[in-house]
Amino acid sequence: MMAQQLDAPRAAGPKAPLLSSRARRWLGNGLAYLVMTALAFIVMIPLFWMLSTSLKARWEIFAWPPQWIPETLHWENYREAFTKYPMGRFMLNSAFLVVVNVIGELLAVPLIAYGFARLRFPGRNVLFVLMLATMMIPGHIKLIPLFAIYHRLNMIDTYWPLVLPAFFGNPFFIFLMVQYIKTLPRDLDEAARMDGAGTWTILYRIILPLCKPPLTIILVYTFWWTWNEFLHPLIYLNSFDKFPVQVGLAFFKGRYSVEWNLFMAATLVSILPILILYFFVQRQLIGGIASVGLKG
Amino acid sequence: MFSTWREMSPRTRREAMEGYISIAPWLIGFLLFTLIPVLASVYYSFTQWSVTRPAEWIGFDNYTRMFTRDPLFWQALKVTFYYVLLSLPLKIIFGLGLALLLNLKIRGMNFYRTIFYIPAVISGVAVSLMWMWLLHPDTGVINALLAQIGIQGPAWFWDPQWALPSVALMNVWAVGGSAVIYLAGLQNIPPHLYEAAKIDGANMWRRFWRITLPLLTPILFFLLIVEMIDSFKVFTQAFVITKGGPLKATYFYLYYFYEEAFQNFNMGYASALAIILMLIILAATVVMNYLSKHWVYYESEQEKS
Repeated sequence: MMAQQLDAPRAAGPKAPLLSSRARRWLGNGLAYLVMTALAFIVMIPLFWMLSTSLKARWEIFAWPPQWIPETLHWENYREAFTKYPMGRFMLNSAFLVVVNVIGELLAVPLIAYGFARLRFPGRNVLFVLMLATMMIPGHIKLIPLFAIYHRLNMIDTYWPLVLPAFFGNPFFIFLMVQYIKTLPRDLDEAARMDGAGTWTILYRIILPLCKPPLTIILVYTFWWTWNEFLHPLIYLNSFDKFPVQVGLAFFKGRYSVEWNLFMAATLVSILPILILYFFVQRQLIGGIASVGLKG
Repeated sequence: MFSTWREMSPRTRREAMEGYISIAPWLIGFLLFTLIPVLASVYYSFTQWSVTRPAEWIGFDNYTRMFTRDPLFWQALKVTFYYVLLSLPLKIIFGLGLALLLNLKIRGMNFYRTIFYIPAVISGVAVSLMWMWLLHPDTGVINALLAQIGIQGPAWFWDPQWALPSVALMNVWAVGGSAVIYLAGLQNIPPHLYEAAKIDGANMWRRFWRITLPLLTPILFFLLIVEMIDSFKVFTQAFVITKGGPLKATYFYLYYFYEEAFQNFNMGYASALAIILMLIILAATVVMNYLSKHWVYYESEQEKS
């Protein structure tokens, strides 16, 4: 408003702008939409091309000039992809890992976080700082000894190495949850204690029902990270029928690399659960991103 | 703050016990999955060892071999540093640029934000496979489009000169991930600063350099560190797309580590490789942290002076 008033006398002067400020704003917005839409197209084109390839007949995928929309949509490619590659199996394996990891984190994290946030015990602050510090340790440094331990325990080529750590709580989630519990009024705990409730009753009856936001974040991120995890399953699993979807896809890459239509169908299916998750909970996924980088 | 265990009242003692019980899972996990493995890594780095045979102590041999007799180590180091130097500026410029666009006050911006963030949620394997197909030298759509306007496209991942830049470029596609963090920083800048600057006659360019950028430096610094560490740890693209090739042009450090540890089972030597990478990341972080004093702006400091 202020700027417009200041502009007004100048408009009559010798350096009068070509357009009124409203017209300029209108033009500016139009330009912004144009640029944003163009960029959105650029971002979406690779995904669209993947979809388009997945629906083409084999002779069409190498057509020149590139054909954006196939003449007939070959949906049967998806069926063929599922029979040629054990995609169903891979997806189920991944889903199983997601479910167990989610259960593990949801069992461990609230318990640990409650201890750090509410209970007083000697060494609490030191241990909390120690926990935060462990988030800085690059994960690759632990791979070899862990592999050796699991090897000794005969757990190579089982799901144990991929689910066990979840039951001991991810420090990133613990931190998140501690911060959240600290925002809940202490009167809640005190009142319940007056009524004779013990510590665990307070945690599971009073605190936990109020913790839906952090619990949702734990669920969403565990789903997301477990589904996309590649290095760990690659190292720990050898049997083909145990592969989660990421390892399965990477494995198939070398085998049938000419059948790009089937292969893109399989790849697209592999990202579908994450895309669906994203569209349902994009607020959580986008909002929490700043902290995601902290994951070791 | 705490009296000794004996002096505690039964109630505080009980609370302390419950405290230890509740954090016990983390503490056990810390010992099993972090402390012991990290210490063991240091120990193994001084041994010759494959999982099947017992480790044999060889002192600093792994480290001297690495620095004096291992061209692959130097190649991996070169590739990784080159990649960090190439991809960091690209990510920062495109990420910040996109965030500035997303910060424009026009309707429907959330829709665009949703779109730009999609690449950041998809798995590295799927993204790698997709770009392999897009950038395929003979049959990829990118080269087909380039051919339509008369440009002979390069062989991308299959050309030693182009392979590394191709990996950096494909990661620019997912720059929406960091743009969203810049955006959060941009939206924290108090609007009255801009209004005051406008009244003083500062143009858009000047407002960006004098207000936006200085106030964004803490976030810039945070992302610089996070993305630098990420760039040091590139693995998926090397494994899925190039297998380190062609001619070791994308022989990323972590990929070398993976080959040594889990394909050749030189676990002692691979442990030494892991330790060196950790030290490099640590040193780079410390240096950046030190340099940050000269360019990162903290509001509270300014107010004191």
